[in-house]
Amino acid sequence: MKRSWLPSLITLVVVVFLFAPLVVLVMNSFNASRFGGEWDGFTWNWYEKLWAADEVWESLAVTLKIAVSASLASMILGTLAAYALHCFRSWLQDVHQMLITVPLVMPDILMGMSLLALFVISGVETGLLTIWIAHVTFCLSFVTMVVLGRLQDFDFTLIDAARDLGATRTQSVRKVLLPLLLPGVLAGGLLAFTLSIDDYVITFFVSGPGTTTLPLRVASMMKTSRSLPVINALSTLLIGSTFLIAALSFRLQRRT
Amino acid sequence: MNAESGRSKQWLLTLPSLAWLGVFFVIPCILVIVTAFRPADLQGGVGSGWTLETIHAVNNPAYLPIIWRTLWLSSITTIVCVALALPMTFQMARVGPRMRQVLLLFVVIPFLSNFLIRIFAWKSLLHPEGPLTRLLHWLHLIPEDALLLNNVGTVLLVLIYTQLPFAILPLYAAAEKFDFGLLDAARDLGAGPWRSFAKVFVPGVRRGLISAALMVFVCSLGQYMIPQMVGGASDEMLGSKIAQRVFADRNLPHASALAAGLMLAVLVPMLIVAVWHRFSRKEGAA
Repeated sequence: MKRSWLPSLITLVVVVFLFAPLVVLVMNSFNASRFGGEWDGFTWNWYEKLWAADEVWESLAVTLKIAVSASLASMILGTLAAYALHCFRSWLQDVHQMLITVPLVMPDILMGMSLLALFVISGVETGLLTIWIAHVTFCLSFVTMVVLGRLQDFDFTLIDAARDLGATRTQSVRKVLLPLLLPGVLAGGLLAFTLSIDDYVITFFVSGPGTTTLPLRVASMMKTSRSLPVINALSTLLIGSTFLIAALSFRLQRRT
Repeated sequence: MNAESGRSKQWLLTLPSLAWLGVFFVIPCILVIVTAFRPADLQGGVGSGWTLETIHAVNNPAYLPIIWRTLWLSSITTIVCVALALPMTFQMARVGPRMRQVLLLFVVIPFLSNFLIRIFAWKSLLHPEGPLTRLLHWLHLIPEDALLLNNVGTVLLVLIYTQLPFAILPLYAAAEKFDFGLLDAARDLGAGPWRSFAKVFVPGVRRGLISAALMVFVCSLGQYMIPQMVGGASDEMLGSKIAQRVFADRNLPHASALAAGLMLAVLVPMLIVAVWHRFSRKEGAA
């Protein structure tokens, strides 16, 4: 069958459009020229400056602390939620489904604003805890969706088979369902981890003094032009780690 | 399993996420609406008592151009993103599994890369000393003194850039399930490539199409970092005003009133789509 060349061309244009800014950014992180208008030669200079910027590494520690704990919590909550959504059909699950879906399409600014209202009105001091709560809230829906996708592919006759072979209910869940579901749960957790590391808007609303996460640090660095090339270097490292995590998550989700 | 234990098991599994979202999602949304009717206090908090003062303050004609700009920027972003995503996902669903994974990764990486970094990348690309400006000068495509940054066109460009993956991913999920045999059938019956794309493929993925459009439109409505970083002083969107009321004026009730308005603007298209989904499902079952 003859195929039109137009869709391939548009695909190519879109991929170039999506990647060109990132490629230029990565190249500029090795460019001796400050504004990156032309190539002034290769340098490690910006990476050395980044290495010496202690406040960046302190922010990284804050970010990792939040990302790890928020993705763990949302993995547990999201897996339970996905299991309930998959196994039951009732008005309760209709409400549950809606509550899980709406945060996915809620603009960040509204989520940040409403959580800030909650914390201000209930008198909770903003800080690490409030950031963690906010991150669990927006990661929960994403984890649920990923695990739900995996559950829909799961062959539940395997559980019946395990029961027929004499496994107890708990055994069949622990030895059959969980191991087969684990890649999906991990993929959901990885997604939550990247979302948490990258979030700026919601974190900005609910952060307090002394809780500067990496994106908040990047935003304040962007205000001073002195550190612009250092941001290129930091961005390159972040894009690289995003690539690794996304590739790992793809591997986990690939149906076997 | 008897009905009683089934029910308690259901509640046990549902309660953790339901309670979490109830406390940290539903209640905060209600609080935003309630706060719009509260007076502000001087410490940037919320005072006691009730007032309509904030509602009167928000009902200010100065907001009209901002609301209008927010709406048209979001609409154009939605149209462009969907128009690019449709042929792209059509292509992605037709190529082999390996190429498909590669293309998907190409979409996911910018999607997962830090939002600020992506805006920053455009900022340095379009900087007066940046590579793109120099290239366009050199090609004599723009005058010497043209500024590519700080105008509404840049805001639109970066909006499209950041929202495009939100359009591609749901459309791809729909295109992946599309039966491409239908296209062959349409061609056998004499339809040209354009006709079969528009009359067979597009209706076939319409669920994904609606989700994609909704996702892009709603997310664009709430943007404020893009106009702040690459836009000029007159390119503010509604989100910019909300952030300004919270952080610069420290007037939480005023910010809440604006946020409540935005929330309504977001909920209306979401409800329309939900009703449409329910309706089309019933139709499909009949």
